[in-house]
Amino acid sequence: MYDIKALYEAESVADAIRLLQEHPEAQIIAGGSDVLVQVREGKRAGAELVSIYGIDAMRGVTYDEEGAIRIGSLTSFSHIAADPIIREKIPVLGEAVSLVGGPQIRNIGTIGGNTCNGVTSADSASTLFAWDAIVELTGPDGIRKVPIQEFYIKAGKVDLRPAELQTAIIIPKKAYEGYFGNYIKYAMREAMDIATLGCSVNVCLTEDKTGIRDARIAYGVAGPVPMRVPTAEAAAKGQPVCRETVETFAKSVLEDIHPRDSWRAAKAFREHIAVEMAKRALTKSIELAGGEIRE
Amino acid sequence: MYTGQSIKRVDALDKVTGRTKYTDDLCDRKAYIARVLHSTIANGKVLSFDLSEAEKVPGVVKILTCFDVKEKHYFPTAGHPWSTDPGHQDVADRLVLTDRVLFYGDDIAAVVAEDEVAAAQALRLIRVEYEEYPFVLDVQKAMEDGAPLLHENYPNNILKHTTIRNGDYEKAIQEPGLIKVEGWYETPVVQHCHIENFICFAEKEGERITVVSSTQIPHIVRRIVGQALGTGWGNIRVIKPYIGGGFGNKQDILYEPLCAWLSLQVGGHLVKLDVPREETFVCNRTRHSIRNHIISWVRPDGTYAARKLEAFSDQGAYASHGHSICAKGAGAFPQLYPCPNVEVDAYTVFTNKPVAGAMRGYGIPQSMWAVESHTEDVCAAIGADPIEFRRRNLMPVGYTDGFSKNENYFDSFNQCLDKAMKAIDYERKYKEYQNQTGDIRRGIGVAVFWYNTAVWPISLESTSCRMVLNQDGSFQLQLGETEIGQGADTAFAQMAADVVGVPVEKVHVVSCQDTDVTPFGTSAYASRQTYVAGFSIRQTGLQLKEKILDYAHLLTRMPAFNLDIREGNIVRIPDGRVLMNLEELATEALYSLDNSRHITAESTYQVKSNAYSFGCTIAEVEVDIPMCRAKLLNIVNCHDAGKLINPALAEAQVHGGMSMGIGFGLSEKLMFDEKTGRPLNNNLLDYKLSTFLDHPTLKAEFVENAEPTSAFGTKGLGEPPACSPAPAIRNAIYHATGVGVKNAPANPHNLFKAFSEAGLI
Repeated sequence: MYDIKALYEAESVADAIRLLQEHPEAQIIAGGSDVLVQVREGKRAGAELVSIYGIDAMRGVTYDEEGAIRIGSLTSFSHIAADPIIREKIPVLGEAVSLVGGPQIRNIGTIGGNTCNGVTSADSASTLFAWDAIVELTGPDGIRKVPIQEFYIKAGKVDLRPAELQTAIIIPKKAYEGYFGNYIKYAMREAMDIATLGCSVNVCLTEDKTGIRDARIAYGVAGPVPMRVPTAEAAAKGQPVCRETVETFAKSVLEDIHPRDSWRAAKAFREHIAVEMAKRALTKSIELAGGEIRE
Repeated sequence: MYTGQSIKRVDALDKVTGRTKYTDDLCDRKAYIARVLHSTIANGKVLSFDLSEAEKVPGVVKILTCFDVKEKHYFPTAGHPWSTDPGHQDVADRLVLTDRVLFYGDDIAAVVAEDEVAAAQALRLIRVEYEEYPFVLDVQKAMEDGAPLLHENYPNNILKHTTIRNGDYEKAIQEPGLIKVEGWYETPVVQHCHIENFICFAEKEGERITVVSSTQIPHIVRRIVGQALGTGWGNIRVIKPYIGGGFGNKQDILYEPLCAWLSLQVGGHLVKLDVPREETFVCNRTRHSIRNHIISWVRPDGTYAARKLEAFSDQGAYASHGHSICAKGAGAFPQLYPCPNVEVDAYTVFTNKPVAGAMRGYGIPQSMWAVESHTEDVCAAIGADPIEFRRRNLMPVGYTDGFSKNENYFDSFNQCLDKAMKAIDYERKYKEYQNQTGDIRRGIGVAVFWYNTAVWPISLESTSCRMVLNQDGSFQLQLGETEIGQGADTAFAQMAADVVGVPVEKVHVVSCQDTDVTPFGTSAYASRQTYVAGFSIRQTGLQLKEKILDYAHLLTRMPAFNLDIREGNIVRIPDGRVLMNLEELATEALYSLDNSRHITAESTYQVKSNAYSFGCTIAEVEVDIPMCRAKLLNIVNCHDAGKLINPALAEAQVHGGMSMGIGFGLSEKLMFDEKTGRPLNNNLLDYKLSTFLDHPTLKAEFVENAEPTSAFGTKGLGEPPACSPAPAIRNAIYHATGVGVKNAPANPHNLFKAFSEAGLI
């Protein structure tokens, strides 16, 4: 039995905005895999909820007219993992969301919910950061598009205005074309876990595959919100594909990340594995891109 | 013969179709919902409550606090048989609600409401004023002078200190040329994590109280609810339906007394108390964290000259099973590797932590973590082969324990090691994994375990059985021993069918137990159900058979001594002729106008023996050194549990125990905030119970030496599988990396520390 004051079910995006305007205290519920847990814990007990779960227009993966990949915010993790566009263009995102929770959670959980939660450990978030994702928000004043780095304000807080909802996540063509990536989730067990640290790397190699044209890296749980690591990216960009580049890239992540010291994991431990994860994720990305790391 | 066959579980169809009724399925929807308010300090006193806001919540029926407990009936909680000797009774230190808070999560008040939402809302609105005292979380710090004292009668917080002194340790260590190996080995607080959380409901019927509870021990619940309410034990009726696991947590009285008391406070109305998972971790029972200090003095030839163990067992805030657990673990030490000169000091100590009680293995998993980790360290110190060293020093055939009279009748250890080594291809892998370099390394490790079935002669062992013949020749089988998911009912049916001589389908096990009608028994613990019940099943079955054959004599005029029951038929032994079937006989017996009889049998058997149940684990791991993680690749357990009654169920038992051992060795640990005593990870996300994906294929092997003391040649298998996997995994990591983890679990946090110290990373 859940302590819910009222539940309003939206039939369309416009309907959802209207319901949110009519009930300014109401919170949005999609799959409910986070919201209901928090209601049970008492954090959101007695909440008024607007359910957007029935809005099928917010589901699915498509190309927009500019060739960008548009992921409807209600698309479940299992649908993302199985989607042909994702599998062809950014398979790493499908791999990342396949590491969320267990099968039931992946069936009910949505990528929109995962990002709107604002938590640093979200398995989709570091990969979306690393792929320069754009968040599409629809509200009473129309549509806004915000880079995902700006969407996250602080732990548990995202840039969602009153009566606004996230309707899609967009990966621009220039962000994915020619890039190959790898995500490593470090957790204490093989399933049903949150990341101790998540690391998503992708690279674009030169045509002869001997140089790194561009490298991007993002972490979850290395700070209060998911983050990019500019020092490491700069250290790899334009460098030859070799062991030394990989080592330099990996070590330099410590310049930017600042994981917490907590009972979940010590800072020194998180920093240690962060370097190793960067090394492995870059190595794997280079391999996927067809490169060969010379000693 | 049905014993020895893997017949289908008697409850299989009900369980797979969802028809099985568990406690919550039986509770009427009119029940009030009770929720417990737990203290948010670790040590202190409740001064007052402000209930004004909470009482306003619509649907709240009544809020009871510790100050409403006027009659102070202190009660013990351990699921031990009662002792009529006051010197052997469990410590009675609990009240249904307490103002004297001893751990973060102690029970100080309860809300009774019409539904769960109202109960939860009211709970959040209660304000409590405390007087706070300093608290202590560490077992050895709690023993220091000046440490916060939890119970006045226990100076230095020591609940009990026992010793073993064999030979002369001090003199023995003077022998020249001895190698000293010393280590500290610690296991963490862990929890049972049975699928069905503890739940019970209670109501008044007439002047009596009925409690339906998810328990392993209905007759003990009856006694303790009677003690807690200060009423005659016969005024309490306890019903035990199917339960979704217990693993020892439900071998303790949890909230049955409180639930019954709450019902009495609301006019005897039905009250249900369903414990949320977060509270199950903290406010039920945990496994004792035990810190073991071992010193071995070894001769260069690989024999022990003298050994010493100090064990510090963290009891938490209340006595529960108390020192029994540490004492059992410490008692294994001089027996597993016998040595003439041994000193053991075992301490059980109160701390301001959740209450530790029984958990699968009862002190042995903690003891084996220490002893078998240490054995590996000894092998390393003297350059001995881990298998050969064990074979040389393990308890020999013919060893007899003077106290229990247990005898090691067979060469179980060597037979189990041989079988497990073959199953996992040990010899080849052990050689192959020597002296590896690189980031990713493999290792293979072994651990053995000591266990004994049942509790005689420390406690009563008594088993009662009833058989009631039906018109169709089938019969009901009732026992005080309980089905708790392990498959006991099926084993009982197999044994009963063999003794009486009927097809197993003709045995109807009455699984749901009711203390008003179920024969007395102290139920499921100490891996005793199959061993102990076997005695009363055999005795009662023979009595039933005698009565049936006596009636057959009336109907056939043949002498009873020439008759037998085979597959449900009355057979004349000399020529094997079927004279009649049991259905004809049973129907005639009931409805006969000449000689009507209701054929039943009932008897009690007092067991005055128990049995060693030994075995081993071999585990193979792959260690990713830079990532500080160990992945389990293969694992095999081999057990000598005597003759298996149902091999498929035995295998399932072993799989379950291995699974618990894997979590114990690699990931599980309940943590507490040093500043407040607050539990940190009391939920299934943050408490790292291992998942299906953390398990390789679990392999179970058996050696079947018929146990000579047993009614069916069988002995304990419930707890043994959980005793040796953790140290085997630890020793495999040691083999792979040369780093021996001292504190369980070998999770990434501990491996990071250990690998850093060893200079591997």
